[in-house]
Amino acid sequence: MNTAGSKHEPDDETIFRATQGGIPLSPHPFRDLAERLGCDEAWLLERFRQYKSSGQMRRMAVVPNHYRIGYRANGMSVWNLPPEKVGELGRRIGALDFVSHCYERPLIPGRWEYNLFAMVHGHDRSEVEEKVREIRELLAGDYLDHTVLYSEKILKKTGLRFRTDK
Amino acid sequence: MPVPDEIDADLLNTYQRGIPLESEPWAPFARRHGISEQEVVRRLQALQEGGFISRVGPMYDGKAMGGDTVLVALAVPEERFDEVTELVNSYPEVAHNYRRGHAYNMWFVATSDDPRATAAVIKEIGERSDLEPLVLPKLEEFFLGLYLEVQAP
Repeated sequence: MNTAGSKHEPDDETIFRATQGGIPLSPHPFRDLAERLGCDEAWLLERFRQYKSSGQMRRMAVVPNHYRIGYRANGMSVWNLPPEKVGELGRRIGALDFVSHCYERPLIPGRWEYNLFAMVHGHDRSEVEEKVREIRELLAGDYLDHTVLYSEKILKKTGLRFRTDK
Repeated sequence: MPVPDEIDADLLNTYQRGIPLESEPWAPFARRHGISEQEVVRRLQALQEGGFISRVGPMYDGKAMGGDTVLVALAVPEERFDEVTELVNSYPEVAHNYRRGHAYNMWFVATSDDPRATAAVIKEIGERSDLEPLVLPKLEEFFLGLYLEVQAP
């Protein structure tokens, strides 16, 4: 559909900044967003599809508040896995429904002996423990050690955002 | 408190999997439940206001945002915990900070647009706290899932 006014193509940073807080909650969120950005809706939707296929965007989604929907326990499970297997195993663990953040991080000999981090969510601590056992079973023989760190208190929590002062 | 009703539970379950990149993303859900798209929007707004939804939108990859984030841990002596918390939290580069049950009892994420700036902040926190930070940058990210089933009331 052709509408009046000149259309331009906003750059990635402009799109990221305009959407990091969320998309408009309306019957046509992308049309409203495109209008705000001064671009074409079809062009914007195509841009999001590209972000998704390139991995810049994991998905467009509703993000529930874990705690509010009843997932009150989370444990940061950390695993020591054979270095040559960590990529393959990390992908399998990251694909589990109950795992949010899943990262490979360095081993620091003598100080930190875990190279894979997987955040596990459950309704309570026993459910988290059950899910951790599920990961343990999935690993079978490719396993050296693991532990779970439970959060005891949020000391600070601010969103990961672009700075607004530039 | 559980979500208000079955439609809300289904709304959360359906769209945490993904919002279709289409002009009318709520239409299939509205049809399935015999409600209007406007009603879907109203429910989303109410769920957000009620705190059930954190946000509705794109989940960008951290690297795509052009930033650098590093996980850092400190083993803080109990008697110094409040003092070190105050020091660490005073940096705008520190986004999250959690107390966790482990010898490394403080875990925070340092982030900035510039990796050198992140490293400098971590070094300064180490010097000012007189503690040795455990610095754990992200080597690889495996993110595919996270789907937390919402039970209907």
